[in-house]
Amino acid sequence: MNYELSMKPRYLFLGALILFLLLLPTFSGKYILYMTIHILLLSIFALGFNLLLGYTGLLSFGQAGFFAVGAYACAKVLLVLPSLLAGVAAGVVAGAIAAFILGYLCVRSTRIYFSMLTLSFGMMIYSLAWKWRDVTGGDDGLVGIPRAPFSIPGLFSIDMSSMGSYYYFVLIIALIAIFVLYRIVNSPFGLTLKGIRDSENRVAFAGVSIRNYRLLSFTIGGLYAGLAGSLLPPLENTVTPPLAHWTQSAEPVMVTLLGGIHTFSGPIVGSVLFYLIKDIIVRFTQYWLIWFGSIVILLVLAFRGGIVVFFSDRIMPLLKRI
Amino acid sequence: MYLWLLSAGLTLVFGVLGVLNFAQGSLFMLGAYATFTLYGTLGLNFWLSILLSLISVGIIGAILERFFLRRIYEIDLPYQLILTFGFILIFDDLVKMIWGGVAMIPPMPSFFEGNIPVFGRPFPIYNLFIIFAGLAVALVLWLILEKTWWGRMIRASASDREMANAIGINIPMLFTTVFVFAAMLTALGGALGTPVRVVAPGIGTAMIIQAFVITVIGGLGNLKGAFVGALIVGILTSYGILLFPVFELFIIFVVMAIVLMVKPEGLFGNN
Repeated sequence: MNYELSMKPRYLFLGALILFLLLLPTFSGKYILYMTIHILLLSIFALGFNLLLGYTGLLSFGQAGFFAVGAYACAKVLLVLPSLLAGVAAGVVAGAIAAFILGYLCVRSTRIYFSMLTLSFGMMIYSLAWKWRDVTGGDDGLVGIPRAPFSIPGLFSIDMSSMGSYYYFVLIIALIAIFVLYRIVNSPFGLTLKGIRDSENRVAFAGVSIRNYRLLSFTIGGLYAGLAGSLLPPLENTVTPPLAHWTQSAEPVMVTLLGGIHTFSGPIVGSVLFYLIKDIIVRFTQYWLIWFGSIVILLVLAFRGGIVVFFSDRIMPLLKRI
Repeated sequence: MYLWLLSAGLTLVFGVLGVLNFAQGSLFMLGAYATFTLYGTLGLNFWLSILLSLISVGIIGAILERFFLRRIYEIDLPYQLILTFGFILIFDDLVKMIWGGVAMIPPMPSFFEGNIPVFGRPFPIYNLFIIFAGLAVALVLWLILEKTWWGRMIRASASDREMANAIGINIPMLFTTVFVFAAMLTALGGALGTPVRVVAPGIGTAMIIQAFVITVIGGLGNLKGAFVGALIVGILTSYGILLFPVFELFIIFVVMAIVLMVKPEGLFGNN
């Protein structure tokens, strides 16, 4: 892979980035923190999605369903038991279980049928969230979710009511999640997934159960979606059914394609760009989707590899020449 | 029946061009808005407004195909889907810009008001008209595809694009006309729907998802399947609302998922 930077500057860059993120609350206001939390959530969401699309070659259009499952599960727990950790854990487990069950039904299909099947399951979750009033609150959603303290009973308890402390909580979780996923894609498991993407038959001949690998990858994708979803209710204090709608499922697809599908960092870069673009355009016009839609179309027509590849293939050689 | 027209457009595009067009729902919406403006606001003749909105949506379709879709036939599925999704974003916001974000209730042409008794029950004339219009479109489509030269070219290039090209069919030209035709069919659905539905910016995404269900049930790219699928979904929706008012939407997606798992080529597909 010629577009990976050489090791040393990469670690330097990574270190600088983490340092920047750690110091961010000291010099920026609430709004920036709020945005950054959203970027981190979308990054986790899209990274899990890209394990499916970029590494396994499956395009899921129902990821918002698992995101919503995580969000609702976390909200439900937080409304009863004010413990942030319990809420997030519930969201992760719920997202993973939902993805495991639905994935079991989905992974036999491929290509467009897989996309359509995940779309229909995502919409089932949406209609449940919309209509199952007793549990989900129907179209009102669940409101008044507390941002509970992060505590382990008997050991410690950290108050999360300020934006800054919640930011650190999300940041640390996101860094752990990103690191774990990085290990996953660079493990033999990740290699096998890439093999399935490139040539299903060859991997099958090598004695690998394609279906189990796909299922595991789908479950991890759902787990990450659930994790991202579970971090949302403590931030917004509400969850509503549109979270599960299929147009939300398009968000991870867009940011992944924006950043680049075959690179690990693509979804993260895409998430940052997504919120940057949105923030900039919204300043000028309320109709930001027109411009975002145009950018998406331009991207598909012109920079199909995504921004990360564009940068490392075109810009880096230019810099090196200088 | 509006769903049938939209699904017919979607099916044609997928069957011939091989692209699953998310933006087909937006064309439906544009058809509805154009008719609303021409008939409801400007007060033109009902038929003339429908004709004019079909033509304008057809022109938009031609631009879409010629300058955008044509470039993506050869690339991966995710990019195709996301390109058409980009158009949804653009059209939704354009509509909000031009017509505003509120839902509007268009007027009904006076000669369609009232009911006539069918099997001893009053039945709105307009609904009857829509049913016959839908059946007529189905018949015309079948005649075009099976009996005309153009229909033969479409079927030939749908089954083998390269071979059709080799025997001298102008594929790019054919694809453009097919897309325009499909766009107009879809817009007709939107236009005919205007007198009885509300017109609102969200209807594009709401309709396309139902059309997906229909085309999947009937088999992707299968027109006969789309027709039956539209009937099934229509019946399921109305009886679903009567019998299980809470889970009507849920059931439709259950049906879609079961078809995909058991017979992914659709109820009327042959492998």
